[in-house]
Amino acid sequence: MHLSPSIGVWVAVFLTLCVFSFLYKDNPFYKFAEHLVVGVSIGYGMVLWYTQGILPKFVTPFFKEGKYIYIIPAILGTMIAMQLVRKYAWLARFPMAFLLGAGSGIGLPRTMQAGVIKQLEATMVPMGFSHLQYVWNIVIFVGVLSVLIYFFFSKEHKGVFGGIANIGIWYLMIGFGATFGYTVMARLSLFIGRMLFIIQTALGVQVAG
Amino acid sequence: MKFWEKLLSIDRRIIYLVIAITVILPLFVPTGWPINVTYEVKNIYDYVENLGPDGVVLLSADYDASTLAELQPMFDTSLRHCFSRDVKVMVMSLYPQGVGLAEMSLKRIAKEYNKVNGVDYCFLGYRPGASIIIMGMGSNIRIPFPSDYYGTPLKDIPMMKGINNFSDIDLVISFSGTGIVASWLYYAHEPYNQDIAWGVTAVMASDYYPFLQSHQIVGLIGGMKGAAEYETLISKPGLATSGMDAQSWAHIMIIIFIIIGNIGYLAMRKK
Repeated sequence: MHLSPSIGVWVAVFLTLCVFSFLYKDNPFYKFAEHLVVGVSIGYGMVLWYTQGILPKFVTPFFKEGKYIYIIPAILGTMIAMQLVRKYAWLARFPMAFLLGAGSGIGLPRTMQAGVIKQLEATMVPMGFSHLQYVWNIVIFVGVLSVLIYFFFSKEHKGVFGGIANIGIWYLMIGFGATFGYTVMARLSLFIGRMLFIIQTALGVQVAG
Repeated sequence: MKFWEKLLSIDRRIIYLVIAITVILPLFVPTGWPINVTYEVKNIYDYVENLGPDGVVLLSADYDASTLAELQPMFDTSLRHCFSRDVKVMVMSLYPQGVGLAEMSLKRIAKEYNKVNGVDYCFLGYRPGASIIIMGMGSNIRIPFPSDYYGTPLKDIPMMKGINNFSDIDLVISFSGTGIVASWLYYAHEPYNQDIAWGVTAVMASDYYPFLQSHQIVGLIGGMKGAAEYETLISKPGLATSGMDAQSWAHIMIIIFIIIGNIGYLAMRKK
């Protein structure tokens, strides 16, 4: 055992235990850690936002390099901040409209292409029983079709239509099960990560692996 | 029936305690279960393995402390793999907290492999506005990143000579516990045909497998298990490998809990 000499490490250990104390019951230590993380995150984010965003993308080009065109986004950004002043909150609508328009225009085609078209293409694959991959392709094809039918609500889920929708439910349940399993794994990983930090980094005990 | 009644109304804190013991014990008494490597992680490994010294990999640390346990080991391992292959590495972050975590790792691992900032790697830092930044990088990296994290203009960084946009980068690996990874798909892969791979938390992994099947991404590292697989591939066991036994035992315990819970539920329903 070789205890860490770093104060930062022990502060982290204390805050970790503060958060874990919630598992017993809600208490002031947990509240303290919770508020601290919110405050520190926002403070840290704001400093980075200024030093890595505003400074190199507006202050330097505008004041030092004479790129006066940058005043336009600066004004638009300031207008968004006007939401904080009730009297001038209406000014925020203009840059918001610009953001929504530009954002949708840029985002929609790409989202459709990557999220829908390419995914549809991936269902148009060779199917059969001569090759194991072809069998899996049948599973994918049936899954996509049945789940889409399950989410088609303009026709009552009865007869053949209802039967296919039921297959869709099975696919969904398996999907939810897989997601739940992964979620359990993720939460445990976070706990393991903290335990490894306390045991290895703070207490200096080398674990196997 | 009283047994089942008692069991089903057990204090949740006892369950937490059992899980805690199940996790901590294997850290000291490992069972050494093998870590099977899946093809989605192997794909990333093979991709980097096939890159020469002229290869350029961009690692985007788009995560924060809340997902550190899962994402930091895979970030570290990717970095180690690139450095061991003498591949040039660019590191950036689209998430405010990611920049500090990435810098910590970068400095530590660069030292392990005697890599020099500006020559073997470049730390671009953080820029707000994920999608816009990615799109800007597609045109010219110097638009969103005129200088690196330390304020050195990119034109003065030897490693960045000849690296102007995505056409000069072989692979982008985004590590994130948020939807930022999808931005890399929409704004780097789609318009610029940039090869991308993702390192995501286990919670997200199941949502992103379809993109692997459609070959839109090169590979996928999912959670601590994925990170352990990568560590196995580069023969550098790290934090993820250390946690795998604990993870397996905890899963067994949870499966037992689920079975007992369901038996109890059925027994009580009959009553």
